[in-house]
Amino acid sequence: MKILVPIKRVVDANVRVRVKSDRSGVELANLKMAMNPFCEIAMEEAVRQQEAGTVKEIVAVTVGGAQCQDILRTALAMGADRAILVETDVEAQPLGVAKVLRAVADREKPEVIILGKQAIDDDNNQTGQMLAALLGWAQGTFASKLEFAGGGLRVTREVDGGLETLMLKLPAIVTTDLRLNEPRYVKLPNIMKAKKKPLDVIKAADLGVDLTSRLKVLKVEEPPARGGGIKVASVQELVHRLRNERKVI
Amino acid sequence: MSKTINRRDIDFLLFEVFGVDRLCERDYFAAHDRQVFNLMLDTAERLAAGHFLGCAAGGDRNMAEVIDGRVRLVPQAKFAMDEMIDAGFVAASLDNEYGGLQMPVAVANACMAIFQSANIGLCGLPLLTIGVANLINACGSAEQKSVFIPRLLNGSCYGTMCLSEPHAGSSLTDIRTRAELVDGINYRITGSKMWITGGEHELSENIVHMVLAKIPGGPAGVKGISLFIVPRYRVDAEGSVGESNDVSLAGLNHKMGQRISPNCALNFGENNNCIGQLVGEQHRGLEYMFHMMNEARIAVGLAAVSAGYAGYMYSLGYARERTQGRLPQDKNPANRMVPIIRHADVKRMLLAQKSYVEGGLALCLFASSLVDEEKTHPDESARRQAHLLLDVLIPVVKAWPSEWCLEANKHAIQILGGYGYTQEYPVERLYRDNRLNMIHEGTNGIHGIDLLGRKVVMHNGAGFELVMGEIARSVETARAHKELSEYASGLNRARKTVVDTTAVLTAAAASGNVAGFMANSSLYLDMFGHLVIAWIWLKQAIVAQRALSGAHESDRPFYEGKLRACQYYFHWELPKITAQAELLSSLDASCLEMPEEAF
Repeated sequence: MKILVPIKRVVDANVRVRVKSDRSGVELANLKMAMNPFCEIAMEEAVRQQEAGTVKEIVAVTVGGAQCQDILRTALAMGADRAILVETDVEAQPLGVAKVLRAVADREKPEVIILGKQAIDDDNNQTGQMLAALLGWAQGTFASKLEFAGGGLRVTREVDGGLETLMLKLPAIVTTDLRLNEPRYVKLPNIMKAKKKPLDVIKAADLGVDLTSRLKVLKVEEPPARGGGIKVASVQELVHRLRNERKVI
Repeated sequence: MSKTINRRDIDFLLFEVFGVDRLCERDYFAAHDRQVFNLMLDTAERLAAGHFLGCAAGGDRNMAEVIDGRVRLVPQAKFAMDEMIDAGFVAASLDNEYGGLQMPVAVANACMAIFQSANIGLCGLPLLTIGVANLINACGSAEQKSVFIPRLLNGSCYGTMCLSEPHAGSSLTDIRTRAELVDGINYRITGSKMWITGGEHELSENIVHMVLAKIPGGPAGVKGISLFIVPRYRVDAEGSVGESNDVSLAGLNHKMGQRISPNCALNFGENNNCIGQLVGEQHRGLEYMFHMMNEARIAVGLAAVSAGYAGYMYSLGYARERTQGRLPQDKNPANRMVPIIRHADVKRMLLAQKSYVEGGLALCLFASSLVDEEKTHPDESARRQAHLLLDVLIPVVKAWPSEWCLEANKHAIQILGGYGYTQEYPVERLYRDNRLNMIHEGTNGIHGIDLLGRKVVMHNGAGFELVMGEIARSVETARAHKELSEYASGLNRARKTVVDTTAVLTAAAASGNVAGFMANSSLYLDMFGHLVIAWIWLKQAIVAQRALSGAHESDRPFYEGKLRACQYYFHWELPKITAQAELLSSLDASCLEMPEEAF
């Protein structure tokens, strides 16, 4: 079995980001970048399935500039067998990325594609679902448990109010939630081995995918600063204010 | 992301100042590249921020102790160590042949600094283990290498250095541990050793003690000392662990700091049944020990830097958040209090720390890069030059950070005020942890003697001249930047002051006044150290000045910070050497001639 793991390069989760002065986006120059944490969980799950003997090959893939090779190297050090960079200068959006991934899936023919449920930079939570629709595959999103069983995939999903378990036919798409696993740190010998593993670069244009942005960012703003609190004299006043001023009850 | 050391600073030093990634062009380092180094540093940050930092305070409060006859550490210590070993940090800089990863020492040490800043006490154990692996690699037989090194690198053995004895610490001439030949290379060891970090614990299947002992009938003094491998449990030719080797724990020392790790008094051969293997030839033990001394001393300097750095980072964060008082020009008590980082005197204490810890880190990583140069530079004369430069700088690398990064910890406590004096905040622990570094791996007093009595005068002063020549070269480079010309001139004056003072002292020695020459060697070490750190700051300032104009807006404060800290050091610290030089040149005998009974 082959698993495809699409991953995304995002600003490191520990970095405090600032909005650009022209409010066109977030300042990224010179910031530490890393693999999106949900993508790390996806990679980890693929590696665990491989260690359990169910998976033969893991292919990591990302879409972006040449600098994205660093997260592919991390994926290879975590345990991916090979990596693909679909190179583009365009800032890809979920639909564009999903189309690229469909093209890659057509070439690679994986049985399972595991993605992070969302990226911590734009929090879209769309790529996995769009990819499932484009491929016409089953999808199990927000997975907190994954088992291969009876020729299919049993996925436990985190849903409002509890857990839902689905049986998916293969091929299938899985998107990972936070509790699926705890990703491993990369070890030095594996970092060195990763350098020798294959990393192919494909131009996005060669896949015949149109990555033109379909969404336009109007403006990006800092969250409003929190105002000071007030003291109320009684429960009655509290209820009154919540109902009539805040209109939350 | 490390909260105890600044990764941006590490990257700056490794890649912008010392160009460590260029080493990958050499065959020895061909398996690596900048990305490998980045990932390695990332992993170090991640592990250090986990179990290492996680058990730093707990390990201090629950110090290593003997329970049911076994030495116990806090349980997290084992998790932390296993992760560090498993990730390859103990094997990092050793040769491939025995399971090492052939990383540059500069990068491996930068990673170690990340761990040390999180938990300096626990890092004593891996550092000793790495030291023992290096020592066996340099001086052991082929069989000793293949039996012990892979096990030291994979965590089944930890290592210790057994030099001191209860009555003989700095004075190794006077050790009493004996080794009597049994057969071939096996000797029966009897004696007591003191201050043995990691002397006993249950973290690993076996412990390898490197023991200095005298073979009866050998030459007197240090020339009669031999080196032995003495495992806690005997091992066969395949390295499998067997019966106990009669090494017993006499007791634990109850320490002021670094309390997470056990420091032991050990008895060898209480039942006359302790067997050690001779390393190399008889009577050359101390010489062998010195093979790994330089790297061990860099590790101590780096430990001091790391504890200082952690205090700096903590007090910096605190100063940004803690509000107290108003600025002098603001007389209105209705105005809000300001974060204390806005007070000039707090900035003074932060700048002092920054100049000590970043200066110290730069020195230690520079020294580490010299280890890489002496090991792998293709040109033999360049290798020799790196070795000579390192030899002269080593006393400074060990002693200067242990003196001045401890001073940094003092400032960190001061910034937190009363809170800093309590156990609820880490800065008092960092101070206690750091206090050891002036003492072990040669007391700072010994390093003063080593610098003035040996390093400065060896090879007719060739090493000393090499350092002064390198400083002069940096002065010339700095002169090309008008913003740095003040520092170039300042460093050049200081260099001349040190050269002149050294000439006065060596002339005194030449005229037979050996006692007068050596009497103030600690002061000389401090003066020389302050000159070296000024040089290291100028090296950083040159790179920062070049980078500043092309730097992205978000990176400019980093480079400006480097230049400001350089300014602080040149204005506040470097002038100290003028008074020190005057005192030294006067051959002051206040200490030397003080009668014992007058105390």
